[in-house]
Amino acid sequence: MDGEELTEQETALYDRQIRVWGANAQRRLTKSHILVSGIKGTVAEFCKNIVLAGVGSVTLMDDSLVTEESLNANFLIPPDENAYKGKTVAEICCDSLKDFNPMVLVSVEKGDLSARSTEFFEKFDVVVIGYGSLATKKAVNEKCRKLSKRVAFYTVDCRDSCGEIFVDLQDYKYTKKKLEEKVECELNFPSFQEAVSVPWKPIPRRTAKLYFAMRVIEVFEENEGRKHGECSLLDLPTVLEIKKKLCEANSVSESHVPDSLLERLITGTIEFPPACAIVGGILAQEVIKAVSGKGEPLKNFFYYDAQDGKGVMEDISNSFTS
Amino acid sequence: MDPQQQSAIQGAKVLMVGAGGIGCELLKTLALSGFHDIHIIDMDTIEVSNLNRQFLFRRSHVGQSKAKVARDAVLRFRPHINIRSYHANVKNPEFDVDFFKQFDVVLNGLDNLDARRHVNRLCLAADVPLVESGTTGFLGQVTVHVKGKTECYECQTKPTPKTYPVCTITSTPTKFVHCIVWAKDLLFAKLFGDKNQDNDLNVRAKKEASSSKETEDVFERAEDEDIEQYGRKIYDHVFGYNIEAALSNEETWKNRTRPRPIYSKEVLPESLTQKNGSTQNCSATDVDDSTVSAMPLLGLKNPQELWGLTQNSLVFIEALKLFFAKRKKEIGHLTFDKDDQLAVEFVTAAANIRAESFGIPLHSLFEAKGIAGNIVHAVATTNAIVAGLIVIEAIKVLKKDEDKYRMTYCLEHPSRKMLLMPVEPFEPNPSCYVCSKTPLVLEINTQKSKLRDLVDKIVKAKLGMNLPLIMHGASLLYEVGDDLDDIMVANYNANLEKFLSELPSPVINGSTLTVEDLQQELSCKINVKHREEFDEEKEPEGMVLSGWTQSPPTKGESASTSKNESDVDVTESSSGPEIASKKRRLSETEPKNHKRETENVEGEDDDYLMEIEDDDLTEIENPMTVSKKKKRVA
Ligand SMILES: [Zn+2]
Repeated sequence: MDGEELTEQETALYDRQIRVWGANAQRRLTKSHILVSGIKGTVAEFCKNIVLAGVGSVTLMDDSLVTEESLNANFLIPPDENAYKGKTVAEICCDSLKDFNPMVLVSVEKGDLSARSTEFFEKFDVVVIGYGSLATKKAVNEKCRKLSKRVAFYTVDCRDSCGEIFVDLQDYKYTKKKLEEKVECELNFPSFQEAVSVPWKPIPRRTAKLYFAMRVIEVFEENEGRKHGECSLLDLPTVLEIKKKLCEANSVSESHVPDSLLERLITGTIEFPPACAIVGGILAQEVIKAVSGKGEPLKNFFYYDAQDGKGVMEDISNSFTS
Repeated sequence: MDPQQQSAIQGAKVLMVGAGGIGCELLKTLALSGFHDIHIIDMDTIEVSNLNRQFLFRRSHVGQSKAKVARDAVLRFRPHINIRSYHANVKNPEFDVDFFKQFDVVLNGLDNLDARRHVNRLCLAADVPLVESGTTGFLGQVTVHVKGKTECYECQTKPTPKTYPVCTITSTPTKFVHCIVWAKDLLFAKLFGDKNQDNDLNVRAKKEASSSKETEDVFERAEDEDIEQYGRKIYDHVFGYNIEAALSNEETWKNRTRPRPIYSKEVLPESLTQKNGSTQNCSATDVDDSTVSAMPLLGLKNPQELWGLTQNSLVFIEALKLFFAKRKKEIGHLTFDKDDQLAVEFVTAAANIRAESFGIPLHSLFEAKGIAGNIVHAVATTNAIVAGLIVIEAIKVLKKDEDKYRMTYCLEHPSRKMLLMPVEPFEPNPSCYVCSKTPLVLEINTQKSKLRDLVDKIVKAKLGMNLPLIMHGASLLYEVGDDLDDIMVANYNANLEKFLSELPSPVINGSTLTVEDLQQELSCKINVKHREEFDEEKEPEGMVLSGWTQSPPTKGESASTSKNESDVDVTESSSGPEIASKKRRLSETEPKNHKRETENVEGEDDDYLMEIEDDDLTEIENPMTVSKKKKRVA
């Protein structure tokens, strides 16, 4: 196996999880570098999980200041105004995360993620964008794809009690154990741009409605220049207008995207903590899989909705048209 | 969040049982979700190996109460809520039905079957809904149990702790786990544990009356006896002499591979002392017990490395020397503990030498520790997901949203695209002895079985009762409690040693016994059926309890079992026949989780079974079969 062995301290601390994924996977984890931007409830859960799992480093980006709202589902921020006054969300979360596992290097990177050069992303093995705008998600994904090394790219978004994860592992090889045999597998992931541009018509009807609803909200926030979650019931007419246009453009009926779901997504601006725990848990599991090269990864969207309780995987790529 | 939900959450008083892997996540998610009044019970203290997932704990907390530290940690980010912690066993009498009645819902994050059953009964008796959970690796499940509406936790039989026939352990091991059980429960216990305990370590060499006195003396160390010489004597006795003695029993080896006796002089140099005079040279003062270790003295660093026979033999002798040199005071009252490094080293080495002798593949210390300690395979992510699911179900229960109750399974590989699979809960099983009053049937030889056998093997082990009381008609045969006078205790003790048919009120074919647990407020009837003979292999306990069956299968279920095979994504290392089995624990697909033994046993002393501690048992049902049996709650 590549690299040094785990230290005695690491073996003792990670004992239980090594029994799940093995020492080699743990070694790869301890050498991985993760960039995370946009830290609200679900991302806080994700960060906790990967810091506990023992990745090499976590770099946090979120220059927003702590507000009442950011306290909601984010247990990394102590509710003491004296402690968080004048500090950014990333700085406060960094302090809490360091405490979870002294063996993981947690640091803060200031500035705007979308303004970063392609080279910036080369330092990382995994990039996670939480609650990003359509433009940011597209731009960062393209930069990651330009690099010679493969950077695993994820986006995550939670609204009301619903969550979405997007995964781009480009061309990804992994081993899968089938009975006693090890099988080499390969998956080809579309980019974010490609995935959200897939025509709706050929997509199977049983596909999670959230996929379409999230695209509508994305376009709404982009057109109106809103930040994530900056919306209310007053915006419903505009949102429905956008939905109508998108459905027409894709030649599908408007019932494709239920109005009630859109209404939930724009009014439920406060995250539901149990949904954060669930989506943040699934995302961390996927990142651990990708870093360790063990197990079949999620391709390429995941949806959770506490209302029906289902956590489903959707493969949205151009395979429908071909 | 809708106002109805908000008021349900804010008005709720919640009991959490367990502050471990699931518990830490659950307490955090409850607090974030707006719960104001949370009580939490856990008897455990914090250990280093908890820190990778029980994120409310830090290294500085090791040794402290989990419940208390978890409470303090959550109060730091939600200072104004009420959390009450109890550093205690949930089976303690103070947690009685009245205690349970004060809560609106009980949430379990437990790690053992025994406590789960106990909480299930108290929830039924107090009529408080229960949300139950469990995880193993990437697999998890959350279930809802509401009296009269959904099945209770015990409506379907649960796998009982794994047991191995004594004979397999003492004479004919075929798997590494048998060697581990031998090293841990017999050899380690004999050398370092309570000398007065019964122990089957010595092979009864064919009725050689003479040797019994001698062999006892082998384990006694004379005051001035050189430790290394003593260690070699033990080595030669258990790995050499005992194997030879067993070999002399030709009958045993007719259809088996004969083991090879191993003597220390074949594998170790004459004297080890010059090579590494560790024990003699080290100062024996100021050592922390848990850090004494033989490995560094022998230049062994990696716990995942496989040691050969010589290395195992060196570790065996060195660990034994260290026990006598540095932990002498504890000898005589040690029990095996998976967190005791020296004990793990000794057991690993002894099990490996025995495995070598029997031609069984050797294992690393890391693997041996997992088997010996029955260690759960646990990751933070699954616990976090399961905790989120528990809170979602708890909210539905508080809102009395009956149509929406779900059991949810976390899968490692998606099934029908789902990683989180909700399933409608089952109805209560009408023949469940816990939540309905269906009598049980016990087949037993009433002339050859003592009341003690009934109490130990049925009432405690099978029915999971804590403080049992047994009645036959109006006659009280047995009870446990602090308030009994000496005459009653003497009476009950005398009854324990009597055959059922010779009790003051004789229990014979057709008798009906009433068995109660006053703390659990559980009472059940047992109809006794006398039977002369029992199959030693299939019914090694010499009695058979039946009557509480699994939920009646719905149409087409048996036909679907073979189809399941193609439906289920084959999990790493699972094998065909297991998938086809109708109902099973998913965790059993992992090779390290040793399965219950069904192998044939020969020999004369198989009439009782040895139990393996099973503290970390987590049952996970097969979601595929469960989803196929889907039933609507009436
Ligand atoms: Zn029941």
